Amino acid sequence: MDYGLIFLTLSPEFVLAVAAMAVMGLDLTVLKGTSRIYRMTAAAGVMAIGIFTAILLLQYYVKDASFPLGMLVQNPLNLLVKKVILFVALTIGLLATEVRFTRNVGEYYALLMLATIGMMLLVSTENLLLLFVALELTSLSLYVLAGYNERSRESAEAGMKYFLFGGMSAAFLLFGFSYLYGLGGTLDLGSLGLALSAHAADPLLSVALILVVIGFGFKLAAVPFHFWAPDTYQGAPIASTMLIGSASKVAGGYAFLKLLLIGFGAGGWSGSGETITGWAPLLALIAVLSMVFGNLAALAQTSVRRLLGYSAVAHAGYLLLGFFGSESDAYHSVVFYLTVYALTTVGAFGVIAAVQGKGRDLTLRDFAGFSRKSPEMALCLLVFILSLAGIPPLAGFAGKFYLFAAALKSDPGHMGMLAAVSIGVVMSAVSLYYYLQLLKQVFVADPIGPVLRVKAGFLGRSMILLLAFCVITLGCAPGIFLDLITGAVISVSR
Amino acid sequence: MNETSSILTWLILFPLLGAVAVALISPAARAMARLVTLGTGFACLAVNLVIWLRFDVREGGFQLIHQTAWIPSLGVEYHLGLDGIGLVMLGLTSFVMLMAMGASDDESSPAYYSFLLFLQGGLYGAFTALNFVHWFLFWELCLIPAYFLIKLYGGPNRSAAAMQFFVYTMVGSIALLVGYLGLYLATGTFDLTVLAQKGAAGEIVPSIKAALKGTFLDGGRAYTLIAFGVLLGFAVKVPLMPFHTWLPGTYGEAPTAVTMTLTGVMSKLGLYGLLRLFLPVFPDFIRNHLSLLLLLAAMTVVLGAASALAQRDLKRVFAFSSINHLGYCLLGIFAVAGLGSPEDRAAALCGVVYQMASHGITAAALFAFLVFLERRSGGLLGMGDFGGLRRLAPVFCGLMGVSLFASLGLPGLSGFIGEFLIFKGVFGIVPWAAVAALPGVLLTAVFILKMIQEIFHGPLNGRWSGMADLTVQERVLVLPATVLMILLGLFPGILLQMVNPTIVRVVDGLNLP
Amino acid sequence: MLAWTIILSFAGALGVLLVPKALVRWVALVVACAGLACGFFGAIEFGGGPVSMSIVDLPWIAPLGVRFALEADGIGVTLVLLTGIAAVVGVLFSWNIEKRLSEYFAFFLTLIGGVYGVFLSADLFLLFVFYEIAIVPKYFLIAIWGGTRKDYGAMKLVLYSFAGSALVLIGILAAFVAAGGSSFALIDLAQAEYSVEFQRWAFPLVFVGFAVLAGLWPFHTWAPTGHVAAPTPVSMLLAGVVMKLGAYGALKVALPLFPEGAIFWRDILAALAVTGIVYGGLVAMTQKDFKFVIGYSSVSHMGFVLLGVATLNETGLSGAVLQMFSHGILAGLLFGIVGRLVYDRTHTRNLDELKSLNLRVRMPFAAGAFTVAGMASMGMPGFSGFVAELHVLIGAWRSVPVHGIIAGIGVVIGVAYTMKAIQTVFFTDAGDTDPGVETSPTYAPFTVPERAGVWMLSLTSLLIGLYPRILLDWITPTFQTPLYEGLRKGAGW
Repeated sequence: MDYGLIFLTLSPEFVLAVAAMAVMGLDLTVLKGTSRIYRMTAAAGVMAIGIFTAILLLQYYVKDASFPLGMLVQNPLNLLVKKVILFVALTIGLLATEVRFTRNVGEYYALLMLATIGMMLLVSTENLLLLFVALELTSLSLYVLAGYNERSRESAEAGMKYFLFGGMSAAFLLFGFSYLYGLGGTLDLGSLGLALSAHAADPLLSVALILVVIGFGFKLAAVPFHFWAPDTYQGAPIASTMLIGSASKVAGGYAFLKLLLIGFGAGGWSGSGETITGWAPLLALIAVLSMVFGNLAALAQTSVRRLLGYSAVAHAGYLLLGFFGSESDAYHSVVFYLTVYALTTVGAFGVIAAVQGKGRDLTLRDFAGFSRKSPEMALCLLVFILSLAGIPPLAGFAGKFYLFAAALKSDPGHMGMLAAVSIGVVMSAVSLYYYLQLLKQVFVADPIGPVLRVKAGFLGRSMILLLAFCVITLGCAPGIFLDLITGAVISVSR
Repeated sequence: MNETSSILTWLILFPLLGAVAVALISPAARAMARLVTLGTGFACLAVNLVIWLRFDVREGGFQLIHQTAWIPSLGVEYHLGLDGIGLVMLGLTSFVMLMAMGASDDESSPAYYSFLLFLQGGLYGAFTALNFVHWFLFWELCLIPAYFLIKLYGGPNRSAAAMQFFVYTMVGSIALLVGYLGLYLATGTFDLTVLAQKGAAGEIVPSIKAALKGTFLDGGRAYTLIAFGVLLGFAVKVPLMPFHTWLPGTYGEAPTAVTMTLTGVMSKLGLYGLLRLFLPVFPDFIRNHLSLLLLLAAMTVVLGAASALAQRDLKRVFAFSSINHLGYCLLGIFAVAGLGSPEDRAAALCGVVYQMASHGITAAALFAFLVFLERRSGGLLGMGDFGGLRRLAPVFCGLMGVSLFASLGLPGLSGFIGEFLIFKGVFGIVPWAAVAALPGVLLTAVFILKMIQEIFHGPLNGRWSGMADLTVQERVLVLPATVLMILLGLFPGILLQMVNPTIVRVVDGLNLP
Repeated sequence: MLAWTIILSFAGALGVLLVPKALVRWVALVVACAGLACGFFGAIEFGGGPVSMSIVDLPWIAPLGVRFALEADGIGVTLVLLTGIAAVVGVLFSWNIEKRLSEYFAFFLTLIGGVYGVFLSADLFLLFVFYEIAIVPKYFLIAIWGGTRKDYGAMKLVLYSFAGSALVLIGILAAFVAAGGSSFALIDLAQAEYSVEFQRWAFPLVFVGFAVLAGLWPFHTWAPTGHVAAPTPVSMLLAGVVMKLGAYGALKVALPLFPEGAIFWRDILAALAVTGIVYGGLVAMTQKDFKFVIGYSSVSHMGFVLLGVATLNETGLSGAVLQMFSHGILAGLLFGIVGRLVYDRTHTRNLDELKSLNLRVRMPFAAGAFTVAGMASMGMPGFSGFVAELHVLIGAWRSVPVHGIIAGIGVVIGVAYTMKAIQTVFFTDAGDTDPGVETSPTYAPFTVPERAGVWMLSLTSLLIGLYPRILLDWITPTFQTPLYEGLRKGAGW
């Protein structure tokens, strides 16, 4: 085994790990006793350097590689997704400097980076075992991050709920993996796919499938595994929420897609020949439930973060529709959508973070008159929210459109898919109602009581503006990013 | 001599532009508005004279044609042309409108004059249009200013009268429009000359049948419905009893100068429509319902006169008298479709046109006299309010007497010729109708003589002892009309030579047995 | 040239946010006028004929076969002109807006830009994008600057719009996939082979989805409430151009893509359209609120557009487009008069109260203008409405005669309620009964922008009424383009 190659392939993760150690070390030694702003800025700076280096490495240094048993697969698509994750993590790290909620700065940033490493591994493995390990690395970091605000009961509740549901689903996932291993006799996804085709009709396979879906359903906050989402979104420190809602979704969603496409075969309709067993009906059911329940539940929310939590449930539903596309379409639509969704979510929470500071949970009504106080932040919020709602020419629309198109294209003759897509479309029309409720407060309503003030400094504002710019650009010219995906997918397709 | 010319378009545009110009004059500058209006009126008259000079009276067909594609998707053309009947109507319009402008109150606002000029433009347009679509446009264009003239400047009950006027004519218009739409859908053309040819050739009924094949309306019934719709539009306008009920109220409430135009030319629009849009297109319908139509026409003549007899308000007397006089025209027009010689038909139609012109002038003059009377009496126009005016205002009474006798149909004055020709023609075709209408003539004589008796003679009402005779201005206003009545009465050839070639052509074109 | 209409409007929307407040109105006016001028010269450049003129064609989203393609054809050009006129007049009527001025014009011009975009798109995806762009600003324009029940009106309008566009989106996606999933170009989608069954279920989705915005009965209820809630210039724009978006979509997307479906559903659609005509008219007759009268009249008049579309023959379709233009102009005019000239001065829209104000004497300009607008709107010959409704009725008679006859009755109802409104508001002689009128305060005189707007709209309607060929020579040949080939074959003309 070529250890040099391993090191080379994993060098970004390695750099990030070094950065994490450095942040902790610095915080405990040199910066001890200095003011919190200073420590945060320094930690964020180190993180930024680490991530920049990692991105540069990914761009120029890391080569395509594949290790035995699919332990580590480095291909252009994986690289692209990793870059997205790193970029999102970077924006979160920088935005987090605006929220001063903890004294344990170094550990917080270190955990952020550890979670990021976990996600990167999750993206680049095609082995059941490593998949689980990476997932656990991510999850454990996120559990801590969710409960990080030691002075907040909500944060503790968020961490606890996330942990309980997460732990349980991890158990299901592991159980499912063990079945898969038992049936296929291999941990490598590629050969597993071939091996499983011999057991197409085995009921055990269905059980395994259900267990796997439960595991990843939790990660994506799809109904009925979504119970943690609203509380965690609401209660966790806002930077943690951003990470859970964006980068973690990207990694989880992408890993899940790979697991299904490589391990179970594209398309996913049972009996269509090449596929082993029908994961599609199950996934379609979950998708529809998520879209319907997430949107309907969001209608009743008054807390902005809870609202976004339920909206995340709905978006998980839309996302799953993209899984049904042909291999190329599925990669295209899911990766594009995940990216867009992550950027938008970080942006939306970024605005909330910028006004919230460490203050209380914000309700819709708190935003009354916001646009008159800080027009440019209000405009950014408009961009993010409308993108979530799927209004062109913002990125959310292009993403959603591609998901729907991909799903429909998968089997033109199949009315079931059309029904699912129709529900998705109709539900996004419904979603507009609650998104508009927020925008109505921001732009229309007259303020009652003090108007929210933006507490963020230059860094936070510029991050938000950057994200808004990305969302607009990706919406107006999705081709820029889709071409990257196309280039990557061509080299991946086998 | 089928020359193309845009002069008719200019004639239509002239008053319309004048109307816009007058509308833009400040309400304070009333004298100015009046001046511009009269100027436009005279200019129109001048253009009209030019048209008359360029018109070749020996040629019966359409002249001065202006034809250009307008709405190609519906095959609609902008098609103007003039024949003898149209020429007479144009002249009448110019003349009567000028009189109406002159007879209008000096204090009338620019808006009032603007409406009058709009009306004039609409009338010119309707008398020259040879395509239904813009004919209808102008027909409606006449309705709107008339409505507002009544609504805004009329007597105490003007709102109700204006509404009644509007609703009646609008219903009529819609019936007419629907009828012609039906015709268009069956024949594919809106062109009146083409429709007249098809009507003469008997193609209308088959094409309607073809268009409605397999629907709930069989061809014959649809044809009747369409023709009836068209007839209704005109019957209301003229009016033909029993569609006349709007008329007395409207004439009574409208400002008297406006009533001049209503009876002088607007009613002719209905008759003209019958001559141009109904008779040539639906000869079969008229023939199938000849007795009924003639009966109604005779009823209009007789009952109109009888009702006039019963009225006490002078405006209403003249209103019913108008119904009566136009009844003769209806009689003539309907009778043409009966079985008879071409000479009789031509006589009847010549009579109709003659009567239209004569009645236009006479009625305008009579209402002008009412204007003068109104000015002196402060608005009172009851029959019993006056008496013995002859001594006070001999010129007034003399000139009005001429008009009244012309209206009565005294030989030597214009009214006689028209009625005579109509009776001559109708008697030759449908004798019973002529006989049935005859009492009308008698009753007319009675109510007019009675009026002369009550107003001019008898004991002088003390209230009017200070009444002045006609001013110079007023004399100038009515003198041309009076001269025309006498001229047309003595030398009918003046008018007949304009009309006759057209009438002969029309009668030929009708292709009736 | 035509692409500049879109670019300028969006640039203007951004621009008004950046310039000083004193300049905002002028910037908006200049942008709107420039848009109109671009539309006008672009229309001349286009020149008519059974062709479509490609303006821009760039690859956009390659994996989906989406192109950034703009094209002008006769219908598009007509409606671009309408949009230009409506935009200019809308800005003129917005002159007295004081509240959050820059934002107002930013939303306003975004809306205009979206509308231009829809009328020029040759790619269905792009069309949909512009369509949605046009919807969102409406919400804010109504919710922030609106009047009566603005929250309700705005939300209802937007939710109806989005429900409609959801249906459209499903239909578009289905068509895209059924056509092979390689192109979104309208012409490609129109020339694809769809099964008859597919067309039969996809057509109503797309048609109804678009027609919601055109006020198709029974999905029209957003229209009156939305119009009433909106500030005057926005009502003008809503009725003037936004409702046209829906009708345009039905005409330009639903018909060419699914001709078989259109033929299958023709009778039912015509029935809905006619119901809208009659129902809108009857309800307008019973309204007490002046603006609601106009609001429901819009439903009725848009019924003619939809009826024209449902005829599926050249005359009716041409009439539909002409009626779109005509109603755009006239509805703008009516709303302008009712909302700005009358309501902003009298502060009441109640017909009974207006009756006693003797408005004819106190605001003769408004009385005259409303009379002209009313006449034009009820289909008086000489104005644009007559020619348009004539085309629609003739077209309807040829394919759905019974519906045509009922629509004819709708015309009469239109005359009735319009006359009633004119009569009640402006020509009730309160002066005779109310001696206090002489002493009552005079209203603020009409401003130059108001007068300019009213003249512009009335003269346009008159011009089109007198010489409809200006537009018809553009509109009619459009139905000979390859886009409508399927329809021509299917409907047999």
